[in-house]
Amino acid sequence: MRRLQSTLFLIALALGALGVVCPHETEAADEKAPIKIGAYASLTGSEATWGQSYERGTRLAIDELNAAGGVLGRPLKLLIEDNRSRPGESATSVRKLISRDKVVAVLGEVSSGRSLEAATVCQQMRVPMISNGSNPKVTEVGDYIFRVAYIDPFQGTVMAQFAREHLKIDRVALLTDNANAYAVGLGKFFKERFLADGGVVAIEKHYNSNERDFKAQLTAIKASGVEGLFVPGYYTEVGLIVQQARQLGFDAPIFGGDGWASPQLLAQAGESLRDTYYCDNFSMETDSPLVQRFIVKYRERFHEDPDSIAPLAYDAVAMLADAIGRAGSTGAAKIRTALAETQAFVGVSGNLSLDAQRNPQKRAFVVGFKEGRYRLEKTVKP
Amino acid sequence: MPRPHLALLLAIAASIAVTSFAGDIDAYLLDVAMGIGINIILAVSLNLVNGHTGQFSLGHAGFMAVGAYLSSAVTIYLGPSFLGLDGGTIWTQGGLFAAALFAGGTCAAFAGLLIGLPSLRLKGDYLALVTLGFGEIIRVIFQNVEFLGGALGLIGMPAYTTFAWTYGCVALTIFVVGCLVNCTYGCGFRATHDDDIAAEAIGLDTVRYKIVAFVTGAFFAGIAGGLFAHFKLAIDPRGFDFTRSIEIVVMVILGGMGNTVGVILAAVLLTILPEALRPVAEYRMIIYSLLLIVLMLVRPQGLFTFRFGKIGP
Amino acid sequence: MSEFLQQLLNGLSLGAIYALIALGYTMVYGVLRFINFAHCDVFMVGAFIGYYLGQHLPHGTIWGGTLVLLCAMIGCALLGMLIERLAYRPLRGAPTLNVLITAIGVSLFLQYTGQLVFGATPRTFPPLFPSVNFNVGTLVFSSNQLLVIGVAVTLMVALRLIVFRTRIGTAMRAVSLNPNAARLVGVNNDVVISFTFGLGSALAAAGGILYALNYPSIDPLMGVMPGLKAFVAAILGGIGNIPGAALGGLLLGTVETFVSGSRFSTYKDAIAFAILIVILLFRPAGLLGKPTVEKV
Repeated sequence: MRRLQSTLFLIALALGALGVVCPHETEAADEKAPIKIGAYASLTGSEATWGQSYERGTRLAIDELNAAGGVLGRPLKLLIEDNRSRPGESATSVRKLISRDKVVAVLGEVSSGRSLEAATVCQQMRVPMISNGSNPKVTEVGDYIFRVAYIDPFQGTVMAQFAREHLKIDRVALLTDNANAYAVGLGKFFKERFLADGGVVAIEKHYNSNERDFKAQLTAIKASGVEGLFVPGYYTEVGLIVQQARQLGFDAPIFGGDGWASPQLLAQAGESLRDTYYCDNFSMETDSPLVQRFIVKYRERFHEDPDSIAPLAYDAVAMLADAIGRAGSTGAAKIRTALAETQAFVGVSGNLSLDAQRNPQKRAFVVGFKEGRYRLEKTVKP
Repeated sequence: MPRPHLALLLAIAASIAVTSFAGDIDAYLLDVAMGIGINIILAVSLNLVNGHTGQFSLGHAGFMAVGAYLSSAVTIYLGPSFLGLDGGTIWTQGGLFAAALFAGGTCAAFAGLLIGLPSLRLKGDYLALVTLGFGEIIRVIFQNVEFLGGALGLIGMPAYTTFAWTYGCVALTIFVVGCLVNCTYGCGFRATHDDDIAAEAIGLDTVRYKIVAFVTGAFFAGIAGGLFAHFKLAIDPRGFDFTRSIEIVVMVILGGMGNTVGVILAAVLLTILPEALRPVAEYRMIIYSLLLIVLMLVRPQGLFTFRFGKIGP
Repeated sequence: MSEFLQQLLNGLSLGAIYALIALGYTMVYGVLRFINFAHCDVFMVGAFIGYYLGQHLPHGTIWGGTLVLLCAMIGCALLGMLIERLAYRPLRGAPTLNVLITAIGVSLFLQYTGQLVFGATPRTFPPLFPSVNFNVGTLVFSSNQLLVIGVAVTLMVALRLIVFRTRIGTAMRAVSLNPNAARLVGVNNDVVISFTFGLGSALAAAGGILYALNYPSIDPLMGVMPGLKAFVAAILGGIGNIPGAALGGLLLGTVETFVSGSRFSTYKDAIAFAILIVILLFRPAGLLGKPTVEKV
């Protein structure tokens, strides 16, 4: 009996191994065969809410492109892999997409940290990658790595200038998510610019992602008598931070970056959001038929307003499709060249022109909470 | 195992042979294979502490982190001056990597000493908590050290890990741990595990055995961390949190505590499983967790334990 | 000074939540000698039950809030008993470390199924009880914080009464001392263990609802961090010891809050664990635990 059991286990193990070893499908390299686009995202795990939003934007774009006839006369096929929000998995997912599934390009990710991991692999294997992360280091990995979001130095500068000139703040406090590379980076760039503009950073406090109680930090911040608070984190914590701050009697302006952008923020914090501002890649008020059409389609399919991640994912697909079209082929090097030459590409998140570091030069939208909604306060050109 | 030294040399030779064909092998397969190798090293080294010596350690990922960061620091910061401007020959690169791995392993071993010493007074779940705490402290420290990348993680280490290095280290780990446990001195580990009061009574220095277990386990975890860093080419402090420690503990328990072959097979199974389940991406973790439950219900004594009688208390 | 008092208040209300969850861990450990990793996910299920029930009841009423709380507690008690029956009872004779794997499996199962069913996006928890903010001098606190402390104390007192004044409580203590002897004197171990799980899970559900009332953002992975902290608190107080769990929870919550408000907030987790380790080094069986004397 024992021998039978152990034999069965070893057979199961071998089958599992075979399942990994053998390729899943072999397709003839056909003229009309679908163009395979790979994507990796955090579809499950602690950051699933962003990965799922990313998937929504990506799928919407792919389906629209296919409905319009595809690219180079061929439909697009999306192969999306989950990295479980765990470090180390993005590299494996991307290696599978490139060597096993033979994708022509890779899309992903929202997180700069995981983008860095995958970028190293994509650069090594010479496959173009378009990231949504905002930390400058991602595109510094190599010339095959592109980006569709503006970078943190720009965002930090925009918000620092907004705080100094528009909100007239001299003394500011910082509340940063220490476990989050995006927040740490954005906070650092904001601080640099704010200090350079003559302001004072009176107090800096920190928290970790997934925490809920910020009263300790907020109490200390309130006691320091600052005129504003910069919170470069994600909306999941920002909603609670703003609520708790207002409860504790901290009434000064609170502002942040594009991590704030989500309909969930309004649902969560409601009226506490008075006198708050953030910087976004995408504005629902953009007066362009392209953007309004996108909003309508998104609402129709997903029954909610888009946050800031889905439009960027949508743009990444569109930018890639445009590059493939211009390259006239699906060869990696040709796509790379075409991507690098992207100028004046109009996406739903704005006009994207890639600079020499393969980062887009695009506008930032600063929005402020008024009468129950976030409204456009200021548009900043790069 | 007859003639273990010969087996070790053969294993190393075989892995070098496979590496020479590495260019022809699917990069993804190689990725999974190296992941398996690293997990085997982690599981076998933890098995020495948890299984053979009976010390419930939940902080193994912390040692892996120390090894990963320190070996990367060596190759990134000290490498260029050692290799010279041309990047060095394959021998100098290999030497650098060996030195980096050894440095990472030694620092991890030192951390193991620091953690092992206070843990001597503690038993069972209290020890688990203290080791968990140390693992988290190490992670928080690395998250805050800017020149090691901070929250963004560390990149820029050269891709030195190959199949040969990985499986060479796997063979070395199994060899060392196996020899340690199966020799006469090694009986002391099991004695400490079974009943440390009786062991003390017959004159065994259980303190020494516990420390040796911790330090050796930590050393190999550090090596695994170094291999991991130079393979993934990007390390993030969150990748070394208690979730990772729990993953390794699951491998050890599933394989049967103290059973080296079982632990190796469990490490292979638990590395392949998430990859094999990729086609059902959304349900992947749900199936994985159900399988864990079912496996334990069906074989409560561990998957590959064939002994009669309980191993645990 | 007022900042100190404010932080103290914040710390106590956070600590009360940790204490509630820690009670569940410690009770199950006391009876079964194993750490139920799935406890923090029962906490999450309790919060979600409260969320869905709260959609159908008017907000801001005391009777509505209490009804939701009770329903969530009963619902999770049943869930806890179901988990025990399906996943832990078959492993009753196995080494406890193996049951740990099953517990980890159940925990992962609940988390990922939750992500699939509820979606990963956080939801806003409805204000079940009437929420009032109090300003006493410069101190600010809300009725929800007072509610946490109030309910936590009530439940702890109720638990103590159950454990020391009822027959089932006596049976629980008997099983935790020596399961075989308990069986010999006629205690039905299965019923007692089921009851313990149910009771622990009900406490977790209460913890979940109170947590969600104070931090009204719930998602399927919300239990992981509080669960870890409560686990630490339970062991800090002496695992298996009920007042110890309460003390551990309050201590951990307060320490964490003071460190967050201080200059070292980046190292908050590290310092909390470091303090924990130091305490355990001086008291290896936890603050209120009795070091077990092993007779050889």
